[in-house]
This record gives sequence, C-alpha cells and structure tokens, in this order.
Amino acid sequence: MKQRNNIGTWIGFVLIMVWCLLPVVWIISLSFKSVEETAGGSPQFLPKDPTLDNYRDILSNGDFLAALRNSFGIALIATFLAVVFATLAAYAIARLEFKGKRLVLSLALAIAMFPVVSLVGPLFDMWRTFGLFNTWPGLVIPYMSFTLPLAIWTLTAFFREIPWEMEQAAQVDGATSWQAFRKVIVPLAAPGVFTAAILTFFFAWNEFVLAISLTSTTGSRTVPAQLSYFVGPDPFNPPYGQLATASVVVTVPIIVIVLLFQRKIVAGLTSGAVKG
Amino acid sequence: MAAIEMKNIVKQYGDGFPAVNDVSIDVEDGEFLILVGPSGCGKSTLLRMIVGLEDITDGDMVIGGKKVNDLAPRERNLSMVFQNYALYPHLTVYENIAFPLRLAGKSDSEVDEKVREASKTLELDEHLERKPGNLSGGQRQRVAMGRAIVRDAEAFLFDEPLSNLDAKLRGQMRTEISRLQKRLGITTVYVTHDQTEAMTLGDRVAVLKRGVLQQHATPRELYENPANLFVAGFIGSPPMNFLPAKVDGNRVELPFGTVTIPEDRAAKAQGKDLLIAGIRPEHFEDASVVDSDKVTDEATFKATVDVVEWLGNEAYAYIPFEAPDEVRKQLAQLEKDLDGESLRTQLVVSLDGASRISEGDEATIWVDARKIHLFDPATGENLTIDADNAGIIPGGNAMAKAEEVGKEQDEVKPSAESSAT
Ligand SMILES: Nc1ncnc2c1ncn2[C@@H]1O[C@H](COP(=O)(O)OP(=O)(O)O)[C@@H](O)[C@H]1O
Ligand SMILES: [Mg+2]
Repeated sequence: MKQRNNIGTWIGFVLIMVWCLLPVVWIISLSFKSVEETAGGSPQFLPKDPTLDNYRDILSNGDFLAALRNSFGIALIATFLAVVFATLAAYAIARLEFKGKRLVLSLALAIAMFPVVSLVGPLFDMWRTFGLFNTWPGLVIPYMSFTLPLAIWTLTAFFREIPWEMEQAAQVDGATSWQAFRKVIVPLAAPGVFTAAILTFFFAWNEFVLAISLTSTTGSRTVPAQLSYFVGPDPFNPPYGQLATASVVVTVPIIVIVLLFQRKIVAGLTSGAVKG
Repeated sequence: MAAIEMKNIVKQYGDGFPAVNDVSIDVEDGEFLILVGPSGCGKSTLLRMIVGLEDITDGDMVIGGKKVNDLAPRERNLSMVFQNYALYPHLTVYENIAFPLRLAGKSDSEVDEKVREASKTLELDEHLERKPGNLSGGQRQRVAMGRAIVRDAEAFLFDEPLSNLDAKLRGQMRTEISRLQKRLGITTVYVTHDQTEAMTLGDRVAVLKRGVLQQHATPRELYENPANLFVAGFIGSPPMNFLPAKVDGNRVELPFGTVTIPEDRAAKAQGKDLLIAGIRPEHFEDASVVDSDKVTDEATFKATVDVVEWLGNEAYAYIPFEAPDEVRKQLAQLEKDLDGESLRTQLVVSLDGASRISEGDEATIWVDARKIHLFDPATGENLTIDADNAGIIPGGNAMAKAEEVGKEQDEVKPSAESSAT
C-alpha cells in the first residue's frame, strides 16, 4: 500500500517536473544554437553544434546590459521600499486598534485587484507632466504600489502569529517600542519579510506592460521591455537564439535569489517562544 | 529594591469592563506578596498595571516613593516572568538572559559576568548556547527567571509562572523561587490562582474577588481568621465546610447536633436567625481517638459516614447533610465564585490515620468548637472574626461589593468568567 503510494507520488512528480521544466530546457537548448540552426527550419531538441556565440553577443550588447542594470536597480529599490512600508503598515494593523483598520485592509486588497493595464494611460499622462516619464522612480513608484497590498497582507498574517507577550517582555526588559520592534518583532517576522521581498522582486523583475509604456530609452527600460526590441535585421527571421539567451540570463538572478532567501524562510521560527 | 504602594487602583477596560476596583495594597521592601483569586478576578490586570503594560484608570501606583502612573515599563525598572515565559525564540539562552543588559548598554565583559552568575544560580550552564525551542518546560521557566534576576530590578513580578508545569516540577520550582527570593531579598509580587502556592510562598497574601480586595494578610491569618465566606472557602485544602447553623446563647445548632462555642464568639453572633457555620475538616476528629477529657456531649455528634478515603497518615470521611434553601443558595453561589462545580452539601471530615471508622458506620465525631466560625448568610461576613489577627480587611463589605461589581461585569461581558485569561 505504502509502496504504491510512493510510486504514484513519483509518477506525479515526474509529470509535473516535465510539464514545468520542458520549456525551460528548450530555451536553454535554444540559447546554445547558432543562427543558422534556428533559421534552418529543421529544429531538433539538442543543439547540433553547441556554441557560446549568443552569450558573447548578448553580454557585449550595450542596450541589454543597460536594461539589466535598470532591472536590477528598479526591482531592488521597489522591493526595499515596499518591504519597509509594508512592514510598518502591517505591524500597525496587527498590533494597534484604530478606526478604519478594516478599511485600510480592504482598500489594500482592492488595489491588488485593480488591473494594471487600466492604469497605463493615466500614469503615462501623469508621469509626462511630473517629469517622471522614462525615469527609475517612474517605474519604482507603481511597482511599489502594486506589490504593497500583497506584502501588507502577508506580513500582517505573520505579525499576528507573534505573541504579543514577546514585545511586552522586551519593553519590561527595558526596550523602547522601536527597540522591541527591531530586536524582537522583526527577527521573528523574518520569514514573512523575506516572502514579501521575493514576491515584490518577482513582480518588479518580470513586469512588462508598465515597463514598455512608461519608458522610451535604455536609460530606464528594463529587460522584459528591452527584449521586445530584439528584432534583428530581418523581420521574418527573429533572433530566436539571442532571445532565448537573454531569457536565460535574466532567469539566473531569480533562481539565485530564491535559493538564497529560501534558507531564511525557516518555518516554525517562533516555536518555543511560549509554552509548548 | 523598593516598596510598592497601590492606592485606590481602578482599572476599567476600553469596553467598560471594571476589572480592578479600588484596590489598595502596600508591599513592603523585600516582601513576598501573593495576589490570589479565581481566574478572571483581575490579578494579571493588577500586575500589569504595576509593571506598566496596562494604563491605570484611577488611583496612584507608587514604587520606591515615586509615582509611576505615567512611566513606560522600561522606566520603572521592574522585571517580570510571564505566564508563558515569553522567551525570545530567535536568541540563544545566553542572549535571552543577556537581553536586558544589552539594552542597558552594558559592556560585553559585564554582560558575560552577570549572565554566567545567573545561569549558575539557575543551573542553566550547559544550556546557554541552545535555543528556547529545544528546552523543556522547566528549563524555559528557569531561563525566564534568569532574564528577570540578571539585572538589578526594583522588584520581581510573576504572573502564574508555574501554571504550565506538571505537578512535580511545580513543587520543585516553588521551593526554588522561594529560596531565590529569600536570598536576593527583593520585593516580589506573585500572581497565582493556586491557594497552595499562595500559602507556601507568600509573606502576605491579598485575596481578590471580581477585582475587589477581600483581605490582605499573612497566610496564617487568612487561614485562621478569614474575613468572609469567600476567603474562608478559597484558602485551605480540602476547603472549609459550611453548614447551616442556629445560635441560641452559646449553643450552636448544626445539622448533626448542637455544640457549645466560647462565650466571646457566641456574643458576636447574637440576634441573627440563620447563620452559616464554617468548620475546617481538620477541626473534626473521630471521638474514639481524641483524649477522653476533651470528649463531652457538647462537642460531639453522631452521623452516618458515606465514604471514607484512607491516605495512611489521615483519612477523609464524607457525611452528607440537608441544608435549608436559603443557605443552599448562598453556598451554591459561593461554589461558583470559587470555580467549583459540585453542590457541596456534604461534610468533609479529616480523621486521624488511626481511626477505624469505615463506610456506612454511625460514627461519633468530635468537633473543636473553639475553631468554629459563624458567617452572616446575607452578607457573607465572618461574625466571629478576631480582627486583631486578621490582617487588613478593606472597609465596607468587600464580598457584597464584589457581588455588585460582578453584576456590572456580567452586563459588559456576559461570559467574563469563561473568557478570563
Ligand atoms: N484587554 C481587555 N479588554 C477587556 N477586558 C479584559 C481585557 N483583558 C482582560 N479583561 C477582562 O478582565 C478580567 C480580568 O482579567 P485578568 O486580570 O487577566 O484575570 P486573572 O485574574 O485571571 O489574571 C477578565 O474577566 C477579562 O475578561
Ligand atoms: Mg491571569
């Protein structure tokens, strides 16, 4: 019985892995194929003649490097700000009794449900007027706003889990409210903070609609938007190899970040705080 | 170290719930004070007002001669052990204990010295590098104490520190806390709902009911001279027996017979019709094992024993009796106030281990008539109290006042008793 369960689990596991990873492997394989091979019309899974040319080209492409820099800068700043604001807001929501608390939470949820596309027009006009069009802040601000709600909800849930006594104990031990927050509450909410950070970073890193609409030069265009300009000289023959290579290059940081943060997201960190 | 004076302290929660009502208690420098009462009576609330985690609605909180009503917890320099310990799970035992010192900006060498000293006192040396999550209940308890004793606080506050431990460990830790307090000689306020802890630990004990102070006295005074039915029923295990009684001169008529009580006691109870007599189980005895010169008709009665529990050194005999409605209602209410369940219309008698009384016997029981207390069923007051040896009893009728407050509390929160923490 147990054995059969095991086998079933494995079959399911393999199916899901193939389903998810096949496109990824396909892209990686593409990135090692030469232009002749991708344009040749007889595709095969593995490259006939693996080459690093695509990588060499991409990494010497000034526009791509500029976009990469923009992506990193904008995503990191947006993540940092969103997490800081969300932490403070979530803490207030979890701990304080104030009028309109429910309203704040519902409003946050409403914002999260708002379709991004519908804001492109107004934002475009506004940013033109404010001089934020085609600047880093021009993307940082909307990214932050769109990820804040989710971050606030995630963190509020985490803060609610932390026994209030923790903080009171810290205050009795001589901590100011701020010290209690920083030395006790934030470390305990760390898994929540990292979760929120990852979600925000993903959103900012992958976002396309705003990135393409609110930028006009490589001065602030991010990678997803920049990729759409990879058309090559021949409109009938897009540089598939290069597009695949760029995709691989932008995916690597995401994987690295997830692996890094995953170690921090240790469940059950609060166990042992109180009786048990 | 400092004395703590609570002057007419009132706490009304935001929802209008009157949790603490006009409580005045002085804790002397170095004294071990116990706050005791059934759950939900406002003990924790009072403690949290001392430490500053709860605002004081009215009255003065004076610590070391300084009014602290408006000071934040960290400005009061008190240390507290929480019911659930509230250890910091992300820090090692060492850092947990060091936490208050680090906040105070002490140098590393000083921190190390003090932490090691505390950990030695509490036998935590081999656990210093572990995280609280990997410790047993008793060890966590000691870490919480370590965090409290590591700095020179004005006073220690404990909120039911032993309630999460098993019975054996509880006994050990109780002795440990007592020893530690004696050695450090630091003012201590200790909250518990357990009367055994109250009796064994406290220099003095303050009994609360529904946020109203009932009596503030030494354990012996509480035991021998309870101010009212509530205190009498709360202190002592097994609890005091309450029987309907009629007084005529110095003769008291009990359900089983009539006994003669001392003149001075009888004098205080004249002119009332029905009273409640309170007699502790150990003030009864099997007449056959009592010195024969003590056994007189005035002090013995015959009754049929229902159940006997023999424990070796002593035995408990249970004798059912009938009580008039008036008394029964009062007793039922009392039982409820004391967190009890059964309708106690049986007499519990503690007998010498040598007694041969067994179940179903018609036994001759001797009662020590000098120790009988008489209570007014209407107000619950102890009529036969020896006021000089009863500590501090708040003016007015504390039990009736608690009753009144109780009604108010039930209006705000109908399920107050069950939701208490
Ligand atoms: N924050 C609060 N708001 C309203 N009522 C409260 C609050 N905290 C406690 N209470 C009520 O006050 C009463 C006393 O509580 P507490 O001091 O914790 O009792 P205990 O004597 O068991 O420690 C309880 O009935 C409880 O329901
Ligand atoms: Mg309590």
